Amino acid sequence: MLVLPGEEIQSHGLKPGPGTYRVGGKVYASILGLLAPRPPFVQVIPLSGRYIPKPNDVVIGTVTDVQTTFWLLNIDAPRWAPLHMTGTPWKVDIGECERYLKVGDAVVVQVENLDATGRIGVTMNGEGLGKLEGGTIVTISPARVPRVVGRSGSMIQTITRHTGAQVAVGQNGRIWIGGSPEAIHRVSAVLWMIDEDGQRPGLTERVESYLLATMPTNAAGAEAPRPESAHRDAPPAPGLPDDEEDGAPEPNDSPDEPDPDPT
Amino acid sequence: MGSVGAKDVPVLLSPEGLRIDGRKLDELRPIHIEAGALHQADGSAFVEWGANKVMAAVYGPREVHPRHLQQNNKAVIQCRYNMAAFAVDERKRPGLDRRSQEISKVIAEAFESVVFAEEYPRTSIDIYIEVLQANAGTRCAGLVAASVALADAGIPMVDLLPAVAVGKIGGAIALDLKKEEDNYGEADLPMALVPQSGRLVLLQMEGHMTEDELAQSLDLGVTGCRAIYEKMKLALRERYSVAPVPGGSA
Repeated sequence: MLVLPGEEIQSHGLKPGPGTYRVGGKVYASILGLLAPRPPFVQVIPLSGRYIPKPNDVVIGTVTDVQTTFWLLNIDAPRWAPLHMTGTPWKVDIGECERYLKVGDAVVVQVENLDATGRIGVTMNGEGLGKLEGGTIVTISPARVPRVVGRSGSMIQTITRHTGAQVAVGQNGRIWIGGSPEAIHRVSAVLWMIDEDGQRPGLTERVESYLLATMPTNAAGAEAPRPESAHRDAPPAPGLPDDEEDGAPEPNDSPDEPDPDPT
Repeated sequence: MGSVGAKDVPVLLSPEGLRIDGRKLDELRPIHIEAGALHQADGSAFVEWGANKVMAAVYGPREVHPRHLQQNNKAVIQCRYNMAAFAVDERKRPGLDRRSQEISKVIAEAFESVVFAEEYPRTSIDIYIEVLQANAGTRCAGLVAASVALADAGIPMVDLLPAVAVGKIGGAIALDLKKEEDNYGEADLPMALVPQSGRLVLLQMEGHMTEDELAQSLDLGVTGCRAIYEKMKLALRERYSVAPVPGGSA
């Protein structure tokens, strides 16, 4: 049930949790979202707004500042997240941070802790974490990330299976896509579909029919999906014979030949 | 409907009790609100109110710029109300003037009373209000747009903030003045209400009123605010509900 700030909530004895407040014995919603009783609390789950970090979330950030012993990452949260040089797999000397990550670089990190001042501690030490090279980052509303993953990963598996793309999903709504330009394009289109229209019923069917309708056919006519092992750092495959281009005749001018008839 | 009386001052109230646009004294102008009009902002709203057209965008909570303005224990709320150069008949010189600064200040202070700023220490909640077309009551339209934008941005608040201006025209108390009524009337009283508590978080006045007229104006304004409150909620429900909303705006 959708509630708006200021609307009274029937708490039925539950205590006010996140997204609610209590005044004069009554409980009210403080944010726009879905009412969710979670005994002994009642809370409101946000449908919009910035990403609010939780410990252990894996997020994608971009470097906005480089300091002597740490970098500052923009993770689309209320504050920037400092990444300390000891929180990386590299042996970084003091003052050498710039060599490893520059402003604009994208990284996958994990939220470690949040302290009372709002500081968001992150680390790049861990499986699946690290610097991102190439590819594209698409940003959607954090509230939609669960639908991108799907129940037990079903949606993300559908997406990667039909496109052969590599996808890294950040809980902060940032999603990295690696692969051929056409795979990136199709995955982006699906992500925007989920972001704009994700709450309408039948999302899985719409995503699947889009992916099947846009399945590319190569010269051999095969419709099998591309293998998923394409390494995200590999350059595009060297020139395959191009069927569409006419073999254009070589131009006839030979500027290096001496003039046969010097005057 | 309007006729011009002595000295080229329009007759604001007819003998039948109708205003120059045919409204009765307690009638609002037509209002249409669209939540989430801007995809890039964290929250946004577009309000068409009579001939007013106002856009509000909210960014935040986010890092404070400039850094020295940050508060250790809560978010700061910064508001910039601005009128486009083409918003009024006579081109308004671009940039903030004293009037814009005053309106920015009172709107920011109104929201400070309702936003749970302690949830986001050392951050800023930035509210931008652009008036694209002006016809009196722009600070109220801007406040309403900003309030819907804040809800759209997921900012925790006590309540939405409906706002309206009440005035005195031809000696009578009237709700929601339009441009001519504001220019030629005897008083103008913009106000903003917290429906959950019944308290006002913005109240300003220009002109002259007796104490009785003030009491009457506050009553009329609160009633007007409650009607506007319903429109604000409808706009947000239209944006976020899955099923079609009954009684949705045309």
